[in-house]
Amino acid sequence: MSERIEMSYSHLDVLQEISNIGLGNAATALAELLKKKVNIAVPHATFLEMEQVFPLVGGLEEVVACVNLSFDGDVAGTVMYIFAEKSVYKLVDMLLGQEIGATGELNALGESVIMEIGNILTGSFMNALGSMTGLTMQTSVPLFAFDMMGAILSASLVASGHWDEQVLLIETIFLQNNDQIKGHFFLLPETGALNRLFEALGIPA
Amino acid sequence: MQLSPARENQVSQAVLVTEIQVGIAELKVAGHPDRLITFSLGSCVGVSLYDPFTRVGGLIHIMLPDSTQFNTVTKPAKFADLGIPLLLSEIRRYGARSANLQAKLAGGAQMFSGSNEKFELNIGMRNATMARQTLKKLGIKILAAELGGNRGRTMILDTVSGQVFIRTAGSQLKVI
Repeated sequence: MSERIEMSYSHLDVLQEISNIGLGNAATALAELLKKKVNIAVPHATFLEMEQVFPLVGGLEEVVACVNLSFDGDVAGTVMYIFAEKSVYKLVDMLLGQEIGATGELNALGESVIMEIGNILTGSFMNALGSMTGLTMQTSVPLFAFDMMGAILSASLVASGHWDEQVLLIETIFLQNNDQIKGHFFLLPETGALNRLFEALGIPA
Repeated sequence: MQLSPARENQVSQAVLVTEIQVGIAELKVAGHPDRLITFSLGSCVGVSLYDPFTRVGGLIHIMLPDSTQFNTVTKPAKFADLGIPLLLSEIRRYGARSANLQAKLAGGAQMFSGSNEKFELNIGMRNATMARQTLKKLGIKILAAELGGNRGRTMILDTVSGQVFIRTAGSQLKVI
């Protein structure tokens, strides 16, 4: 059942490009929300085996916020946005117009703010993917968790049935003035979905 | 009193207990005085087996309940139905006796809030149910369990005492 895609540089280039466009849209949406200029850096997009993901994002027990969105249609899969605990608090402060450092825990308001951001980011990414490929994808209602990274990641993988396949990991950094907000974006395609994506982009795997 | 680096090293070695990590979809067995640890169980379930007479312990990190729903199984320890019997045979190779074994369970949480059909299959609960059933079939008694809820858990089995420690984000360590 496992699908192993041999990634060439051109495939990764295309994915990097999709990431740049998708997350560029996300940054614009975020800037509108913050009413401030937001820059975004996409240091790299990589395809990884699941086991390799955990140490990259941080320790298994590291507390993170995760927004999870499933999509269906021409291609199916899950997208996830993960923010480290510190970045979560910074984001809440920025969105509520507070001084950075004011937030030290996540209350109901903070939770809805983060969920909204995750929704916007994942939604912008999916829109970019849709318009580049011409494929139709419907996204679900977002899910939210704030807990140990390992527990969140493995639970999402199990629930979406992707575990022993590869995932696309895109590291992103949002910059507002001097404040860095680091996030990790994951695309977990269902079996066969990657091939369909590449075919739609004119570069069959 | 300040200890010299060499002396400090000796002291720490004298009390050093090896902590053996059990990854996702893995199982491991250890003898006294070592500890077995598995990090961040979410919907996954950790099952520990312990023989208080030989002080041998085993730990497995299960992801899914039922292997029969899959065509190919590359990692039997991923599944409750295959992994627990495998853990039993492994711990018996280390000298533990089936009749002595005590099981403790942790995990099986529902990590996400919000509604989504795919995620409402509640894998955590199904993992927990299958783990209990499999242990019952094998005739192993369950001594303690810390299952369900919506928090991730790290599980540590101490082969000296047979105690299992549960760590959650932002809470005190719990012993079961």
